[in-house]
Amino acid sequence: MISNSYWNPWFGKLTLNAIPTDSLVAMGAASIAVLGAVGTIVLITVFGKWRYLWSEWATSVDHKRIGIMYVVLSLVMLSRAVIEAIVIRLQQAVSVNHSGFLAPEHFGQLFTTHGTIMIFFMIMPFLTGLINYVVPLQIGARDVAFPVLNSISLFLTAAGAFLIMASLVLAPFSTGGWTGYPPFTGIEFNPGVGVNYWIWSVSLASIGSTLTGINLIVTIYKKRAPGMRLMFMPLFTWTSLCVAIMMIFAMPPLTVATALLALDRYLGMHFFTSGAGGNMMNYINLFWEFGHPEVYIIVLPAFGVFSEVFATFSAKALYGYTSLIVATMAIAVLSFTVWVHHFFTMGQSANINAAFGIATMLIGIPTGVKIYDWMLTMYRGRVRFTSPLLWAIAFLVTFVIGGLTGILLSVPPIDFMVHNTTFLIAHFHNVIIPGSLFGMIAGYQYWFPKAFGYRLDERWGRIAFVCWTAGFYLAFMPLYVLGLKGMPRRSVETFQSSFEPWLLVAAVGSLLIAGGLISLGIQLYVSIRQRDRARVAAGDPWDGRNLEWSTSAPPPEYNFAVLPHIEGRYPFYQMKKLGHAYPQQKTYQPIKMPKNSGLGPTIGVASAALCFGLVWYIWWLAIVGTAVIIAAIIVRSFNRNTMRVISVEDIEHTEARWHAILAAAVPVSRDQENVPANVGLAEFMS
Amino acid sequence: MTNSTTPLPRLYPGMNLGETDPDTHEAAEELVFGFWVFLMSDAVLFALLFAVYETMVNSTAGGPGAAQLFHLKPTLIETLVLLASSFTFGMASLIMKFKQHVVLLQIALIGTLILGVSFLGFEISDFAKLTRQGAVPQLSGFLSSFYVLVSTHFLHVLSGCIWILVMLIQLSVFGLDETVKTRLLRLGIFWHFLDIVWIFIFTFVYLLGLL
Ligand code: HEM
Ligand SMILES: [Cu+2]
Repeated sequence: MISNSYWNPWFGKLTLNAIPTDSLVAMGAASIAVLGAVGTIVLITVFGKWRYLWSEWATSVDHKRIGIMYVVLSLVMLSRAVIEAIVIRLQQAVSVNHSGFLAPEHFGQLFTTHGTIMIFFMIMPFLTGLINYVVPLQIGARDVAFPVLNSISLFLTAAGAFLIMASLVLAPFSTGGWTGYPPFTGIEFNPGVGVNYWIWSVSLASIGSTLTGINLIVTIYKKRAPGMRLMFMPLFTWTSLCVAIMMIFAMPPLTVATALLALDRYLGMHFFTSGAGGNMMNYINLFWEFGHPEVYIIVLPAFGVFSEVFATFSAKALYGYTSLIVATMAIAVLSFTVWVHHFFTMGQSANINAAFGIATMLIGIPTGVKIYDWMLTMYRGRVRFTSPLLWAIAFLVTFVIGGLTGILLSVPPIDFMVHNTTFLIAHFHNVIIPGSLFGMIAGYQYWFPKAFGYRLDERWGRIAFVCWTAGFYLAFMPLYVLGLKGMPRRSVETFQSSFEPWLLVAAVGSLLIAGGLISLGIQLYVSIRQRDRARVAAGDPWDGRNLEWSTSAPPPEYNFAVLPHIEGRYPFYQMKKLGHAYPQQKTYQPIKMPKNSGLGPTIGVASAALCFGLVWYIWWLAIVGTAVIIAAIIVRSFNRNTMRVISVEDIEHTEARWHAILAAAVPVSRDQENVPANVGLAEFMS
Repeated sequence: MTNSTTPLPRLYPGMNLGETDPDTHEAAEELVFGFWVFLMSDAVLFALLFAVYETMVNSTAGGPGAAQLFHLKPTLIETLVLLASSFTFGMASLIMKFKQHVVLLQIALIGTLILGVSFLGFEISDFAKLTRQGAVPQLSGFLSSFYVLVSTHFLHVLSGCIWILVMLIQLSVFGLDETVKTRLLRLGIFWHFLDIVWIFIFTFVYLLGLL
């Protein structure tokens, strides 16, 4: 430990002591982070891929590439956060009447990074990635409204993720939980740099999401193909629209909360301190004015995915399309009216608690409507149990359980009994894992063939599904029991022998979940190896109904050679029904697309430098970072050469190649979708 | 290309270029709409800072409160300066739309810039005076929230001034082309928005504080 007053103009408070040599586990994690980074750099250099990565990926402003990069970021962070979850579970399993293998400080960092990563750097990038990839295709657009802004959002999020990864090596991270409540996170009780890491990584993610929200709103309102009315839009696009609007309203409270906390810490102000007129309840209100809408921001896109998946794999139109949209909107609005249920115990009057409790229960109504709509979508459908649908069904059952325990928690007297126990942990994992993560995985498996041109291996998909689902029940059902027995959350050590068996079961469950994650990895590996037997270049492997399936797989850079004219819901299904699913165009027009831009990566690197400088009080680095950001934006504003034109010959060439594939393809029936014969052309039935 | 006599539909709130430049009129739709959405999020940000301020008005921790610290005259002058800058920007927008005259436009923008910078100057001297009296943001929750609310607006005006400067240069380099016009449209909305936010600050912070 270094003294708090130590400061050096070049390195701020950063010294070699920051490397966590005092703990074996932390050293292991730091080594993995360093080895991972070095290994990646070496591999890229050995294979000579720097130029490719820079010009095809980092500077790309294509919504499809940006979407894929978001999902890759999210999967990397998912791996770290799941490993952390397992370490927490193992620690708790062995720490009944015993101190276990983790020091309390380290344990505190683990649940903080686990929660922070899962929310801001796993699920948010995952859903942003899927939305980015899919929504422009679903609405018949060639890109999002502001492609360069999109790239900036991505790299701001990546800069935040970089900070969290850096904190493994140049430790410590915050111990204040993902919520970072002051006064614990104030400078008085937390003089180290850990909370700074949390503040700046979360702020970067928050600003990135705000910009994403703006971009998506404009995209969905203004860039729909001719004829695509709002009430023709696919459900996934609808949920994305709601989420985008929610981001505009919900992210600023988080930005304000972290910014004011930073001002308290850096400039000695008194927003949330316990003296001099500070008021920490302001922080808690601000945080949850973000935090509760956030849970719907992460769950609604998954609802969108499930809506697509239930319809496609039941070979039916969605049951209750309009009611699903109304329910989505109702949830979006209600989600801003319930934030107080996160702190029923913090002193407001019983009447206020009652009002917020009732508001909370109301959300159950539109959610229930959705559950019935999805079930009725399957009813009398031709259901195929392909992987995405398995996740969807597991969601349906599991989410209802989580929702019901949520209704329990919304009753203030019950909340008083179980708040801050593992009952709450069980509840929110019970809604978040099936309700959000399963949705993301289902979406990943559903749209993967579209994005890469081949299907994922079905067998490993099922193994992953079984491990995740069984693992989930084993890992989290015991926590309900433990919570009712009174086990506090975030406990590094407990003193009740009766907790032990439940904690052991939960630990086993978490290992099973790890097996599920590994299976997903194997699935990807196997699928890449065997991709030639699973190609679906024609583009429609699942007999899809919406526009994204009407393009080749992967789609050309410009998505649609000619923008489609939309006449109703499920446009691709209508086209198939009328027998002109793949119209041959006689003439094409040249297409204007945005040029690649280095602005996103530049701002990403500069803001990582800025925030790293702020974390460690390295002022010159922070100033340089800020200057680079401002300069980069101004320089970019003088660039008039931002568009390029795809020539008619190029388009003709690309389209001809796809039409040749289509002509050679033999349509398959829906029951054959998981055999090599499925090359992405669906036989039309009913 | 639309015939310049047929009225064009309004595409977004605020000044539309309409028939005076139909191409830019259309090109502006997504850009200006997007900017309105951004302002929405910015408005939420200010609303929250106002809320925080209101909860902390009385958290003076024994230090000075609004009534002891604020003075009507300098803030009124600041307000009038900023309102005047909104007027000059309004002129700039009208020149851009109807006269399409680069030099006149630049003059109007320089006027706005001067007013904007004077506003910033007044505020700095205000802050300096408060600091000399010992009323620093570290003194109490009330002062923290006051400084942060007002200086967030300050930083916005500062970025607006930098933006005007950049646009002045771009007007010289590129003339009044489509990109410059759509940027000025957005800058205009931004500038008026900051004016409105200031009116709220003037009312809720200064006027009510002095009441
Ligand atoms: C994949 C399996 C997962 C496992 C095994 C797991 C396990 C855990 C454990 C053991 C804790 C600490 C509980 C305590 O405080 O006593 C925790 C906390 C938490 N988890 Fe997870 N989790 C998983 C997935 C997720 C996902 C997908 C999310 C969100 C998208 C998430 C978000 C959180 C949050 C926000 C916390 C609270 C952190 C805090 O206390 O500040 N977890 N999780
Ligand atoms: Cu909530």
